[in-house]
Amino acid sequence: MNTIFGVPAPALYGQVLLGLINGSFYAMLSLGLAVIFGLLRIINFAHGAQYMLGAFVAYLLLFYGGVAYWPALILAPVIVAGVAIVIERTMLRRLYGLDPLYGLLLTFGLALIIEGLFRYWFGTSGKPYAPPAALTGGVNLGFMFLPIYRGWVVVASLAVCIGTWLLIEKTRLGAYLRAATENPVMVQAFGVNVPLLLTLAYGLGAGLAGLAGVLAAPIYQVSPLMGSNLIIVVFAVVVVGGMGSILGAILTGYMLGLLEGLTKVFYPEASNIVIFVIMAVVLLIRPAGLFGREA
Amino acid sequence: MSEAPYLEVRGLQAWYGESHVLHGVDLDIREGETVALLGRNGAGKTTTLRAVMGILRKREGAIRLKGQDLLRKPLHHVARAGLGYVPEERGIFASLTVAENLLLPPKVAEGGMSVDEIYALFPNLHERRTSQGTKLSGGEQQMLAIARILRTGVTTLLLDEPTEGLAPVIVQRIGDVLVELKKRGMTILLVEQNFRFARKVADRFYLMEDGRMVGSFPGHELDARMGELQEVLGV
Repeated sequence: MNTIFGVPAPALYGQVLLGLINGSFYAMLSLGLAVIFGLLRIINFAHGAQYMLGAFVAYLLLFYGGVAYWPALILAPVIVAGVAIVIERTMLRRLYGLDPLYGLLLTFGLALIIEGLFRYWFGTSGKPYAPPAALTGGVNLGFMFLPIYRGWVVVASLAVCIGTWLLIEKTRLGAYLRAATENPVMVQAFGVNVPLLLTLAYGLGAGLAGLAGVLAAPIYQVSPLMGSNLIIVVFAVVVVGGMGSILGAILTGYMLGLLEGLTKVFYPEASNIVIFVIMAVVLLIRPAGLFGREA
Repeated sequence: MSEAPYLEVRGLQAWYGESHVLHGVDLDIREGETVALLGRNGAGKTTTLRAVMGILRKREGAIRLKGQDLLRKPLHHVARAGLGYVPEERGIFASLTVAENLLLPPKVAEGGMSVDEIYALFPNLHERRTSQGTKLSGGEQQMLAIARILRTGVTTLLLDEPTEGLAPVIVQRIGDVLVELKKRGMTILLVEQNFRFARKVADRFYLMEDGRMVGSFPGHELDARMGELQEVLGV
Protein backbone atom coordinates (compact mmCIF):
# COMPACT_ATOMS: atom_id res chain seq x y z
CA MET A 1 0.00 0.00 0.00
CA ASN A 2 1.21 3.51 -0.80
CA THR A 3 2.36 5.50 2.19
CA ILE A 4 3.10 9.21 2.58
CA PHE A 5 5.41 10.08 5.48
CA GLY A 6 4.67 6.59 6.79
CA VAL A 7 0.90 7.09 6.70
CA PRO A 8 -1.25 4.97 4.34
CA ALA A 9 -2.29 7.28 1.48
CA PRO A 10 -6.06 6.53 1.67
CA ALA A 11 -6.06 7.43 5.39
CA LEU A 12 -4.25 10.67 4.64
CA TYR A 13 -6.60 11.62 1.80
CA GLY A 14 -9.59 10.72 3.96
CA GLN A 15 -8.45 13.04 6.72
CA VAL A 16 -7.65 15.80 4.24
CA LEU A 17 -11.20 15.51 2.95
CA LEU A 18 -12.58 15.54 6.49
CA GLY A 19 -10.41 18.57 7.22
CA LEU A 20 -11.73 20.31 4.11
CA ILE A 21 -15.32 19.59 5.17
CA ASN A 22 -14.75 20.87 8.69
CA GLY A 23 -12.90 23.80 7.16
CA SER A 24 -15.93 24.50 4.95
CA PHE A 25 -18.12 24.88 8.02
CA TYR A 26 -15.49 26.90 9.88
CA ALA A 27 -15.18 29.22 6.87
CA MET A 28 -18.93 29.75 6.39
CA LEU A 29 -19.54 30.31 10.09
CA SER A 30 -16.55 32.56 10.71
CA LEU A 31 -17.44 34.52 7.57
CA GLY A 32 -20.86 35.34 9.05
CA LEU A 33 -19.30 36.23 12.39
CA ALA A 34 -16.79 38.49 10.63
CA VAL A 35 -19.54 40.32 8.70
CA ILE A 36 -21.53 40.82 11.91
CA PHE A 37 -18.59 41.87 14.05
CA GLY A 38 -17.15 44.15 11.37
CA LEU A 39 -20.33 46.14 10.99
CA LEU A 40 -22.28 45.82 14.23
CA ARG A 41 -19.35 45.37 16.64
CA ILE A 42 -21.41 42.57 18.14
CA ILE A 43 -19.69 39.31 19.07
CA ASN A 44 -22.52 37.05 17.99
CA PHE A 45 -22.54 34.16 20.43
CA ALA A 46 -25.92 33.12 19.02
CA HIS A 47 -24.13 32.07 15.81
CA GLY A 48 -23.92 28.41 16.84
CA ALA A 49 -27.62 28.44 17.76
CA GLN A 50 -28.43 29.99 14.36
CA TYR A 51 -26.45 27.20 12.65
CA MET A 52 -28.38 24.63 14.66
CA LEU A 53 -31.62 26.45 13.84
CA GLY A 54 -30.84 26.16 10.12
CA ALA A 55 -30.47 22.39 10.45
CA PHE A 56 -33.62 22.09 12.58
CA VAL A 57 -35.71 24.25 10.23
CA ALA A 58 -34.67 21.97 7.35
CA TYR A 59 -35.54 18.91 9.46
CA LEU A 60 -38.93 20.35 10.53
CA LEU A 61 -39.74 21.47 7.00
CA LEU A 62 -39.16 17.90 5.82
CA PHE A 63 -40.88 16.23 8.75
CA TYR A 64 -43.98 18.42 8.92
CA GLY A 65 -44.17 20.06 5.50
CA GLY A 66 -42.64 17.43 3.25
CA VAL A 67 -40.24 20.11 1.97
CA ALA A 68 -37.24 18.39 0.42
CA TYR A 69 -33.55 19.24 0.78
CA TRP A 70 -33.18 21.56 -2.24
CA PRO A 71 -35.99 24.00 -1.41
CA ALA A 72 -34.98 23.77 2.27
CA LEU A 73 -31.47 24.85 1.30
CA ILE A 74 -32.99 28.21 0.32
CA LEU A 75 -35.95 28.37 2.73
CA ALA A 76 -34.18 27.48 5.99
CA PRO A 77 -31.47 30.18 5.74
CA VAL A 78 -34.15 32.73 4.81
CA ILE A 79 -36.18 31.74 7.88
CA VAL A 80 -33.09 31.90 10.13
CA ALA A 81 -32.24 35.33 8.66
CA GLY A 82 -35.84 36.42 9.35
CA VAL A 83 -35.57 35.36 13.01
CA ALA A 84 -32.23 37.17 13.24
CA ILE A 85 -33.70 40.34 11.76
CA VAL A 86 -36.42 40.32 14.44
CA ILE A 87 -33.72 39.86 17.11
CA GLU A 88 -31.69 42.76 15.67
CA ARG A 89 -34.68 45.10 15.39
CA THR A 90 -36.07 44.38 18.84
CA MET A 91 -32.97 43.75 20.97
CA LEU A 92 -29.48 44.06 19.46
CA ARG A 93 -30.20 47.54 18.09
CA ARG A 94 -30.39 48.89 21.64
CA LEU A 95 -26.81 47.83 22.32
CA TYR A 96 -25.01 49.67 19.49
CA GLY A 97 -22.38 52.01 20.81
CA LEU A 98 -22.16 50.19 24.15
CA ASP A 99 -19.30 48.00 25.31
CA PRO A 100 -19.18 44.83 23.09
CA LEU A 101 -19.59 42.83 26.29
CA TYR A 102 -23.32 43.67 26.33
CA GLY A 103 -23.83 42.24 22.85
CA LEU A 104 -21.84 39.15 23.81
CA LEU A 105 -23.97 38.62 26.93
CA LEU A 106 -27.26 39.15 25.10
CA THR A 107 -26.40 36.80 22.23
CA PHE A 108 -24.96 34.23 24.67
CA GLY A 109 -28.24 34.36 26.59
CA LEU A 110 -30.22 34.01 23.37
CA ALA A 111 -28.10 31.00 22.38
CA LEU A 112 -28.81 29.33 25.73
CA ILE A 113 -32.56 30.00 25.38
CA ILE A 114 -32.77 28.75 21.78
CA GLU A 115 -30.70 25.64 22.54
CA GLY A 116 -32.65 25.03 25.74
CA LEU A 117 -35.96 25.16 23.90
CA PHE A 118 -34.80 22.68 21.27
CA ARG A 119 -33.41 20.35 23.92
CA TYR A 120 -36.76 20.54 25.70
CA TRP A 121 -38.68 19.71 22.53
CA PHE A 122 -36.37 17.21 20.86
CA GLY A 123 -33.96 15.88 23.50
CA THR A 124 -30.25 15.74 22.90
CA SER A 125 -30.06 12.75 20.61
CA GLY A 126 -29.51 13.57 16.95
CA LYS A 127 -32.26 13.36 14.37
CA PRO A 128 -31.31 11.75 11.06
CA TYR A 129 -31.62 13.85 7.91
CA ALA A 130 -30.96 12.01 4.69
CA PRO A 131 -29.01 13.65 1.88
CA PRO A 132 -30.97 14.16 -1.36
CA ALA A 133 -31.06 11.17 -3.69
CA ALA A 134 -28.93 12.94 -6.29
CA LEU A 135 -26.08 13.31 -3.81
CA THR A 136 -26.05 9.83 -2.23
CA GLY A 137 -23.37 7.28 -2.90
CA GLY A 138 -19.82 8.02 -3.82
CA VAL A 139 -17.22 7.92 -6.56
CA ASN A 140 -13.92 6.16 -6.62
CA LEU A 141 -11.30 8.72 -7.56
CA GLY A 142 -8.63 6.07 -7.90
CA PHE A 143 -6.60 7.31 -4.96
CA MET A 144 -9.60 7.56 -2.61
CA PHE A 145 -13.35 7.03 -2.27
CA LEU A 146 -15.28 10.33 -2.26
CA PRO A 147 -18.81 10.38 -0.81
CA ILE A 148 -20.68 12.66 -3.21
CA TYR A 149 -22.50 14.59 -0.51
CA ARG A 150 -19.22 15.52 1.18
CA GLY A 151 -17.79 16.71 -2.11
CA TRP A 152 -20.92 18.79 -2.59
CA VAL A 153 -20.49 20.42 0.83
CA VAL A 154 -16.96 21.53 -0.06
CA VAL A 155 -18.06 22.89 -3.45
CA ALA A 156 -21.17 24.60 -2.05
CA SER A 157 -19.25 26.22 0.79
CA LEU A 158 -16.55 27.46 -1.60
CA ALA A 159 -19.26 28.94 -3.82
CA VAL A 160 -20.95 30.62 -0.84
CA CYS A 161 -17.66 32.04 0.46
CA ILE A 162 -16.57 33.32 -2.95
CA GLY A 163 -20.06 34.72 -3.58
CA THR A 164 -20.11 36.55 -0.26
CA TRP A 165 -16.58 37.84 -0.81
CA LEU A 166 -17.55 39.14 -4.27
CA LEU A 167 -20.68 40.75 -2.79
CA ILE A 168 -18.57 42.60 -0.25
CA GLU A 169 -15.60 43.48 -2.46
CA LYS A 170 -17.18 44.13 -5.83
CA THR A 171 -20.68 45.53 -5.37
CA ARG A 172 -22.05 48.88 -4.30
CA LEU A 173 -23.79 47.30 -1.32
CA GLY A 174 -20.44 45.75 -0.37
CA ALA A 175 -18.72 49.13 -0.62
CA TYR A 176 -21.34 50.53 1.78
CA LEU A 177 -20.69 47.61 4.12
CA ARG A 178 -16.92 48.09 4.03
CA ALA A 179 -17.19 51.84 4.49
CA ALA A 180 -19.73 51.50 7.30
CA THR A 181 -17.36 49.08 9.04
CA GLU A 182 -14.88 51.97 9.24
CA ASN A 183 -17.14 54.95 9.82
CA PRO A 184 -20.90 54.32 9.93
CA VAL A 185 -21.78 57.94 10.76
CA MET A 186 -20.00 59.24 7.65
CA VAL A 187 -21.76 56.68 5.44
CA GLN A 188 -25.12 57.69 6.89
CA ALA A 189 -24.22 61.36 6.35
CA PHE A 190 -23.99 60.50 2.63
CA GLY A 191 -27.63 59.45 2.68
CA VAL A 192 -27.21 55.69 3.10
CA ASN A 193 -29.75 54.07 5.42
CA VAL A 194 -27.15 52.61 7.78
CA PRO A 195 -29.63 51.23 10.37
CA LEU A 196 -31.17 49.14 7.57
CA LEU A 197 -27.68 48.09 6.46
CA LEU A 198 -26.95 46.82 9.98
CA THR A 199 -30.19 44.83 10.02
CA LEU A 200 -29.35 43.29 6.64
CA ALA A 201 -25.80 42.47 7.73
CA TYR A 202 -27.06 40.63 10.80
CA GLY A 203 -29.61 38.81 8.66
CA LEU A 204 -26.89 37.90 6.13
CA GLY A 205 -24.50 36.62 8.82
CA ALA A 206 -27.21 34.56 10.50
CA GLY A 207 -28.48 33.33 7.11
CA LEU A 208 -24.99 32.04 6.30
CA ALA A 209 -24.99 30.18 9.63
CA GLY A 210 -28.42 28.76 8.77
CA LEU A 211 -27.17 27.62 5.36
CA ALA A 212 -24.18 25.94 6.97
CA GLY A 213 -26.64 24.20 9.30
CA VAL A 214 -28.68 22.77 6.40
CA LEU A 215 -25.50 21.60 4.64
CA ALA A 216 -24.35 19.98 7.89
CA ALA A 217 -27.64 18.20 8.64
CA PRO A 218 -27.01 15.08 6.47
CA ILE A 219 -23.41 14.77 7.70
CA TYR A 220 -23.68 15.28 11.43
CA GLN A 221 -27.36 14.59 12.25
CA VAL A 222 -29.60 17.35 13.58
CA SER A 223 -29.11 17.99 17.28
CA PRO A 224 -29.69 20.92 19.63
CA LEU A 225 -26.04 20.84 20.68
CA MET A 226 -24.51 20.75 17.20
CA GLY A 227 -23.95 24.52 17.30
CA SER A 228 -22.42 24.88 20.72
CA ASN A 229 -19.97 22.06 19.93
CA LEU A 230 -18.73 23.93 16.90
CA ILE A 231 -18.92 27.58 17.85
CA ILE A 232 -15.96 27.64 20.22
CA VAL A 233 -13.68 26.37 17.46
CA VAL A 234 -15.20 28.90 15.06
CA PHE A 235 -14.44 31.74 17.46
CA ALA A 236 -10.83 30.54 17.59
CA VAL A 237 -10.81 30.63 13.76
CA VAL A 238 -12.11 34.20 13.79
CA VAL A 239 -9.43 35.26 16.28
CA VAL A 240 -6.68 33.65 14.19
CA GLY A 241 -8.02 35.22 10.97
CA GLY A 242 -8.52 38.65 12.53
CA MET A 243 -11.81 39.95 13.95
CA GLY A 244 -13.91 41.45 11.19
CA SER A 245 -11.64 40.40 8.30
CA ILE A 246 -13.77 38.73 5.61
CA LEU A 247 -10.98 37.18 3.57
CA GLY A 248 -9.17 36.26 6.78
CA ALA A 249 -12.22 34.38 8.04
CA ILE A 250 -12.57 32.37 4.82
CA LEU A 251 -8.91 31.45 4.33
CA THR A 252 -8.29 30.72 8.00
CA GLY A 253 -11.41 28.54 8.13
CA TYR A 254 -10.18 26.21 5.39
CA MET A 255 -6.57 26.36 6.57
CA LEU A 256 -7.35 25.39 10.15
CA GLY A 257 -9.82 22.71 9.05
CA LEU A 258 -7.09 21.12 6.91
CA LEU A 259 -4.51 21.46 9.65
CA GLU A 260 -6.85 19.82 12.12
CA GLY A 261 -7.38 16.95 9.65
CA LEU A 262 -3.64 16.49 9.14
CA THR A 263 -3.04 16.55 12.88
CA LYS A 264 -5.52 13.66 13.18
CA VAL A 265 -3.25 11.65 10.88
CA PHE A 266 0.16 12.53 12.24
CA TYR A 267 -0.50 13.22 15.92
CA PRO A 268 -4.13 12.36 16.74
CA GLU A 269 -3.75 13.22 20.43
CA ALA A 270 -3.34 16.91 19.55
CA SER A 271 -6.15 17.15 17.00
CA ASN A 272 -8.67 18.62 19.44
CA ILE A 273 -6.38 21.36 20.63
CA VAL A 274 -4.29 22.25 17.59
CA ILE A 275 -6.56 25.16 16.60
CA PHE A 276 -6.42 26.61 20.10
CA VAL A 277 -2.64 26.28 20.25
CA ILE A 278 -2.43 28.19 16.96
CA MET A 279 -4.82 30.80 18.34
CA ALA A 280 -2.57 31.28 21.38
CA VAL A 281 0.54 31.59 19.22
CA VAL A 282 -1.13 34.06 16.85
CA LEU A 283 -2.39 36.14 19.79
CA LEU A 284 1.16 36.29 21.13
CA ILE A 285 2.82 37.21 17.84
CA ARG A 286 0.11 39.14 16.01
CA PRO A 287 -2.77 40.08 18.31
CA ALA A 288 -4.88 41.57 15.46
CA GLY A 289 -4.95 38.14 13.75
CA LEU A 290 -3.27 36.95 10.54
CA PHE A 291 -5.42 39.13 8.28
CA GLY A 292 -6.60 41.79 10.75
CA ARG A 293 -5.47 45.39 10.73
CA GLU A 294 -3.37 46.43 13.68
CA ALA A 295 -5.43 48.87 15.74
CA MET B 1 -29.41 85.17 -5.30
CA SER B 2 -32.80 84.98 -3.55
CA GLU B 3 -33.38 86.89 -0.29
CA ALA B 4 -35.37 84.23 1.62
CA PRO B 5 -33.18 82.03 3.85
CA TYR B 6 -32.28 78.76 2.17
CA LEU B 7 -30.82 77.22 5.30
CA GLU B 8 -32.37 78.61 8.45
CA VAL B 9 -31.23 77.79 11.99
CA ARG B 10 -33.22 79.12 14.95
CA GLY B 11 -32.36 78.87 18.65
CA LEU B 12 -30.23 75.77 18.11
CA GLN B 13 -29.04 74.22 21.35
CA ALA B 14 -26.91 71.09 21.50
CA TRP B 15 -25.33 68.83 24.09
CA TYR B 16 -22.37 66.45 24.17
CA GLY B 17 -23.71 64.03 26.78
CA GLU B 18 -24.51 66.25 29.78
CA SER B 19 -22.38 69.10 28.54
CA HIS B 20 -24.46 71.97 27.07
CA VAL B 21 -22.37 73.30 24.16
CA LEU B 22 -24.64 75.36 21.89
CA HIS B 23 -26.84 77.94 23.62
CA GLY B 24 -29.23 79.13 20.93
CA VAL B 25 -27.52 79.55 17.57
CA ASP B 26 -29.33 81.61 14.92
CA LEU B 27 -28.10 81.45 11.36
CA ASP B 28 -29.49 82.34 7.93
CA ILE B 29 -27.93 81.44 4.62
CA ARG B 30 -29.46 82.50 1.33
CA GLU B 31 -29.42 80.31 -1.74
CA GLY B 32 -26.01 80.33 -3.42
CA GLU B 33 -24.41 82.22 -0.55
CA THR B 34 -21.13 81.27 1.13
CA VAL B 35 -21.07 81.98 4.83
CA ALA B 36 -18.06 81.49 7.11
CA LEU B 37 -18.14 80.91 10.86
CA LEU B 38 -15.33 82.56 12.78
CA GLY B 39 -14.50 82.07 16.42
CA ARG B 40 -11.89 80.90 18.88
CA ASN B 41 -11.18 77.21 19.35
CA GLY B 42 -14.00 75.81 21.44
CA ALA B 43 -16.48 78.54 20.45
CA GLY B 44 -18.78 75.91 18.94
CA LYS B 45 -18.14 76.24 15.19
CA THR B 46 -17.58 72.54 14.44
CA THR B 47 -20.37 71.66 16.86
CA THR B 48 -22.70 73.96 14.93
CA LEU B 49 -21.92 72.12 11.67
CA ARG B 50 -22.34 68.72 13.35
CA ALA B 51 -25.62 69.78 14.97
CA VAL B 52 -27.01 71.27 11.74
CA MET B 53 -26.11 68.07 9.85
CA GLY B 54 -27.57 65.90 12.59
CA ILE B 55 -24.41 63.99 13.44
CA LEU B 56 -24.75 65.43 16.92
CA ARG B 57 -28.25 64.23 17.80
CA LYS B 58 -29.00 65.78 21.20
CA ARG B 59 -30.43 69.10 20.01
CA GLU B 60 -33.29 71.57 20.40
CA GLY B 61 -34.43 74.43 18.22
CA ALA B 62 -35.20 74.53 14.52
CA ILE B 63 -33.20 73.71 11.38
CA ARG B 64 -34.93 74.24 8.07
CA LEU B 65 -33.64 73.69 4.54
CA LYS B 66 -35.92 75.31 1.92
CA GLY B 67 -38.55 75.51 4.68
CA GLN B 68 -38.32 71.77 5.37
CA ASP B 69 -37.72 70.84 9.02
CA LEU B 70 -34.56 68.75 9.45
CA LEU B 71 -34.27 68.47 13.24
CA ARG B 72 -36.29 65.31 13.67
CA LYS B 73 -35.13 63.59 10.51
CA PRO B 74 -32.65 60.69 10.69
CA LEU B 75 -29.18 61.54 9.40
CA HIS B 76 -29.60 59.81 6.04
CA HIS B 77 -32.81 61.77 5.37
CA VAL B 78 -30.96 65.03 6.08
CA ALA B 79 -28.40 64.06 3.43
CA ARG B 80 -31.19 63.20 1.02
CA ALA B 81 -32.79 66.60 1.65
CA GLY B 82 -29.66 68.09 0.06
CA LEU B 83 -27.11 68.72 2.82
CA GLY B 84 -23.56 67.51 2.28
CA TYR B 85 -20.99 67.38 5.07
CA VAL B 86 -17.20 67.36 4.81
CA PRO B 87 -15.72 66.84 8.28
CA GLU B 88 -12.44 68.32 9.46
CA GLU B 89 -10.90 64.84 9.57
CA ARG B 90 -12.17 64.33 5.99
CA GLY B 91 -13.64 60.88 6.54
CA ILE B 92 -11.77 59.09 3.73
CA PHE B 93 -12.26 55.32 3.91
CA ALA B 94 -9.01 53.36 4.15
CA SER B 95 -10.52 50.11 2.88
CA LEU B 96 -11.72 51.79 -0.33
CA THR B 97 -9.71 53.04 -3.31
CA VAL B 98 -9.85 56.68 -4.42
CA ALA B 99 -12.34 55.77 -7.14
CA GLU B 100 -14.47 53.75 -4.70
CA ASN B 101 -14.41 56.62 -2.20
CA LEU B 102 -15.51 58.95 -4.97
CA LEU B 103 -18.35 56.70 -6.11
CA LEU B 104 -19.51 55.71 -2.63
CA PRO B 105 -22.06 58.43 -1.79
CA PRO B 106 -25.37 57.72 -3.51
CA LYS B 107 -26.98 60.40 -5.65
CA VAL B 108 -29.56 62.34 -3.63
CA ALA B 109 -30.74 64.59 -6.47
CA GLU B 110 -30.17 65.40 -10.12
CA GLY B 111 -27.64 68.08 -10.97
CA GLY B 112 -24.53 66.59 -9.39
CA MET B 113 -21.26 66.60 -11.30
CA SER B 114 -20.34 63.65 -13.48
CA VAL B 115 -17.23 61.64 -12.65
CA ASP B 116 -15.53 63.11 -15.75
CA GLU B 117 -16.27 66.66 -14.61
CA ILE B 118 -14.88 65.84 -11.17
CA TYR B 119 -11.71 64.34 -12.60
CA ALA B 120 -11.34 67.45 -14.80
CA LEU B 121 -11.63 69.63 -11.69
CA PHE B 122 -9.27 67.38 -9.68
CA PRO B 123 -6.78 65.79 -12.10
CA ASN B 124 -4.71 64.39 -9.19
CA LEU B 125 -7.60 62.19 -8.14
CA HIS B 126 -7.81 60.72 -11.62
CA GLU B 127 -4.11 59.88 -11.60
CA ARG B 128 -4.39 58.20 -8.22
CA ARG B 129 -7.83 56.64 -8.63
CA THR B 130 -6.62 53.09 -7.89
CA SER B 131 -4.66 54.06 -4.75
CA GLN B 132 -6.00 53.36 -1.30
CA GLY B 133 -7.91 56.46 -0.13
CA THR B 134 -5.82 57.14 2.93
CA LYS B 135 -2.53 56.83 1.00
CA LEU B 136 -3.19 60.26 -0.55
CA SER B 137 -1.52 63.40 0.76
CA GLY B 138 -3.52 65.63 3.13
CA GLY B 139 -4.37 68.03 0.31
CA GLU B 140 -5.46 65.24 -2.02
CA GLN B 141 -7.58 63.72 0.74
CA GLN B 142 -9.27 67.07 1.25
CA MET B 143 -9.95 67.33 -2.47
CA LEU B 144 -11.34 63.79 -2.49
CA ALA B 145 -13.55 64.62 0.51
CA ILE B 146 -15.01 67.62 -1.33
CA ALA B 147 -15.07 65.91 -4.73
CA ARG B 148 -17.08 62.88 -3.64
CA ILE B 149 -19.89 65.04 -2.28
CA LEU B 150 -20.17 66.96 -5.57
CA ARG B 151 -21.38 63.88 -7.45
CA THR B 152 -24.39 63.48 -5.20
CA GLY B 153 -26.38 66.53 -6.25
CA VAL B 154 -26.51 68.12 -2.77
CA THR B 155 -27.32 71.83 -2.89
CA THR B 156 -25.68 72.86 0.37
CA LEU B 157 -22.19 72.06 1.67
CA LEU B 158 -21.09 72.13 5.29
CA LEU B 159 -17.29 72.40 5.19
CA ASP B 160 -15.26 72.09 8.37
CA GLU B 161 -11.81 73.73 8.13
CA PRO B 162 -10.98 72.57 4.59
CA THR B 163 -7.55 74.23 4.65
CA GLU B 164 -6.36 72.98 8.03
CA GLY B 165 -2.77 71.75 7.91
CA LEU B 166 -2.39 72.19 4.13
CA ALA B 167 0.40 73.86 2.14
CA PRO B 168 -0.39 77.35 0.73
CA VAL B 169 -0.44 76.10 -2.85
CA ILE B 170 -3.08 73.48 -1.94
CA VAL B 171 -5.09 76.07 0.01
CA GLN B 172 -5.09 78.20 -3.13
CA ARG B 173 -6.31 75.22 -5.15
CA ILE B 174 -9.16 74.50 -2.72
CA GLY B 175 -10.09 78.18 -2.81
CA ASP B 176 -10.36 77.96 -6.61
CA VAL B 177 -12.59 74.91 -6.27
CA LEU B 178 -14.93 76.70 -3.84
CA VAL B 179 -15.13 79.70 -6.18
CA GLU B 180 -16.07 77.29 -8.97
CA LEU B 181 -18.75 75.72 -6.75
CA LYS B 182 -20.16 79.17 -5.94
CA LYS B 183 -20.42 79.85 -9.66
CA ARG B 184 -22.44 76.68 -9.97
CA GLY B 185 -24.85 77.94 -7.31
CA MET B 186 -23.77 75.82 -4.33
CA THR B 187 -24.77 77.16 -0.90
CA ILE B 188 -21.85 76.81 1.50
CA LEU B 189 -21.46 77.02 5.28
CA LEU B 190 -17.79 77.07 6.11
CA VAL B 191 -15.81 76.89 9.32
CA GLU B 192 -12.44 78.51 8.70
CA GLN B 193 -9.54 79.90 10.72
CA ASN B 194 -7.58 81.07 7.69
CA PHE B 195 -8.77 84.68 7.12
CA ARG B 196 -7.06 85.10 3.77
CA PHE B 197 -8.78 81.99 2.49
CA ALA B 198 -12.14 82.94 3.99
CA ARG B 199 -11.99 86.45 2.49
CA LYS B 200 -11.60 84.96 -0.98
CA VAL B 201 -14.74 82.84 -0.79
CA ALA B 202 -17.14 84.12 1.92
CA ASP B 203 -20.02 86.50 1.17
CA ARG B 204 -20.78 86.92 4.84
CA PHE B 205 -19.26 86.11 8.22
CA TYR B 206 -20.75 85.04 11.52
CA LEU B 207 -18.80 85.43 14.71
CA MET B 208 -19.23 82.80 17.43
CA GLU B 209 -18.41 82.86 21.10
CA ASP B 210 -19.30 80.34 23.81
CA GLY B 211 -21.85 78.48 21.70
CA ARG B 212 -23.70 81.62 20.48
CA MET B 213 -23.59 83.91 17.47
CA VAL B 214 -22.31 87.29 18.60
CA GLY B 215 -22.17 89.12 15.30
CA SER B 216 -22.53 89.01 11.56
CA PHE B 217 -21.10 91.20 8.79
CA PRO B 218 -20.70 91.11 5.02
CA GLY B 219 -17.52 89.77 3.45
CA HIS B 220 -16.21 93.12 2.21
CA GLU B 221 -16.06 94.46 5.80
CA LEU B 222 -13.55 91.83 6.90
CA ASP B 223 -10.48 94.02 6.41
CA ALA B 224 -12.05 97.01 8.19
CA ARG B 225 -12.96 94.81 11.17
CA MET B 226 -9.65 93.05 11.39
CA GLY B 227 -8.53 94.85 14.56
CA GLU B 228 -11.78 94.15 16.37
CA LEU B 229 -11.74 90.50 15.21
CA GLN B 230 -8.20 89.94 16.34
CA GLU B 231 -9.23 91.10 19.80
CA VAL B 232 -12.28 88.81 19.91
CA LEU B 233 -10.55 85.81 18.35
CA GLY B 234 -7.30 86.32 20.20
CA VAL B 235 -5.25 85.92 17.03
